[in-house]
Amino acid sequence: MTKQHANWSPYDNNGGTVVAIAGADYCVIASDTRMSTGYSILTRDYSKIIQLADKSVMASSGFQADVRALQKVLEARHLIYQHQHNKQMSCPAMAQLLSNTLYFKRFFPYYAFNVLGGLDSEGKGCVFTYDAVGSYERVGYSSQGSGSTLITPYLDNQLKSPSPLLLPAKDAVTPLSESEAIDLVKTCFVSATERDIYTGDKLEIVILNASGIRRDYMELRKD
Amino acid sequence: MNVSDSTPAMNNLMGSEADSQRTLYPYVTGTSVVGIKYKDGILLAADMGGSYGSTLRYKTVERLKSVGKHSIIGASGEISDFQEIMRNLDDLILYDNMWDDGNSFGPKEVHNYLTRMMYNRRNKFNPLWNSLVLGGVKNGQKYLGTVSMIGVHYEDNHVATGFGNHLARPLLRDEWHENLTFEEGVKLLEKCMRVLLYRDRSAVNKLQIAKITEEGVTISQPYALKTFWGFSAFKNPTAGAEGSW
Repeated sequence: MTKQHANWSPYDNNGGTVVAIAGADYCVIASDTRMSTGYSILTRDYSKIIQLADKSVMASSGFQADVRALQKVLEARHLIYQHQHNKQMSCPAMAQLLSNTLYFKRFFPYYAFNVLGGLDSEGKGCVFTYDAVGSYERVGYSSQGSGSTLITPYLDNQLKSPSPLLLPAKDAVTPLSESEAIDLVKTCFVSATERDIYTGDKLEIVILNASGIRRDYMELRKD
Repeated sequence: MNVSDSTPAMNNLMGSEADSQRTLYPYVTGTSVVGIKYKDGILLAADMGGSYGSTLRYKTVERLKSVGKHSIIGASGEISDFQEIMRNLDDLILYDNMWDDGNSFGPKEVHNYLTRMMYNRRNKFNPLWNSLVLGGVKNGQKYLGTVSMIGVHYEDNHVATGFGNHLARPLLRDEWHENLTFEEGVKLLEKCMRVLLYRDRSAVNKLQIAKITEEGVTISQPYALKTFWGFSAFKNPTAGAEGSW
């Protein structure tokens, strides 16, 4: 008797796009708020962004149940860290934790495409980008999710990022001002919304800087 | 914890004997559940059908059940799995009551519990084959959420499962607004259920509507919707193509 195969998949793609851009003294993390399945829209108002620590904000697209479980694990681990070290986790520390957490489920992955943004210990903006099993890299900007293929080339062009092959390594953090970066993000999403069916409804932008954290919203096309 | 995990059959973890321990496909199923927020609280609607494949086998299945004092759950999918969920929920509420500390689980807590339960079973590749709607009101706060069999969950002003997502949500997106009265809410739900009755072959014309407000939870007696089949095209269906079929 041949092995029976499951006629259901433990995974689903609930769509959506996330973007993060690091500046000299700020970080912008943005995502759309549409949640889909197949050709249906489940809800137009679901946040993919979560603040994990004072200076760490994560945005994730992919399979929503896995994303939520991942968020809960990281939140819990951060709480334990605070109890043990009497301080908040730094963004680079959270970045490593996220990578380890993802790899932990290397053989039944969290179907989550993450972008972690925040301020490093020097107060400079930092962005870390991940694949589903924890491979990560610090970059000046990144996009993940269903609209990433549309957004990344545009950001490459606009932010003129230095080659990661250069020696000595050149800082990829953008010289743009905070408001210019926010405008850029809005343009990215409006463009992605035009052509990606899974991106749209509303844009949520989180801005992290020395004065704290704030949120901005913008309507996107709902078709 | 599954005792059968340690039996000889489970040594061969992915063998065919172990498969008899997991859900492969549903048998007796309920169809759509539709829910909306309205001015005073939440309204849920579901018909009373339990299909066995293409047979409309059971017509008095209660797919809306109250959970504690503040919430109602509506289930679609495998009915036996829903009964299992109700056993877990009833235990949960019982233990909550036994604390006797003046606190009681509201809809947010129950929804979270359901989400974790569904996700956990999905992780073990043995899902509870249901899509659930959870609505409630506590301390004036209205809550309406949904969970699927793989743990996908969200809250919104209107939710639906199964075919309801395709047929009812568009109507709700067009006609739902913040200040629906009870009568308007029921009328809107009935409109959704009527469309489902016409177009979902697993729907039956016997439904219940549940109402949750700060005052409490009520589930209506079953009733039927008025339908219209008097279209001239239905009177002589083969008039244009006479033949054996």
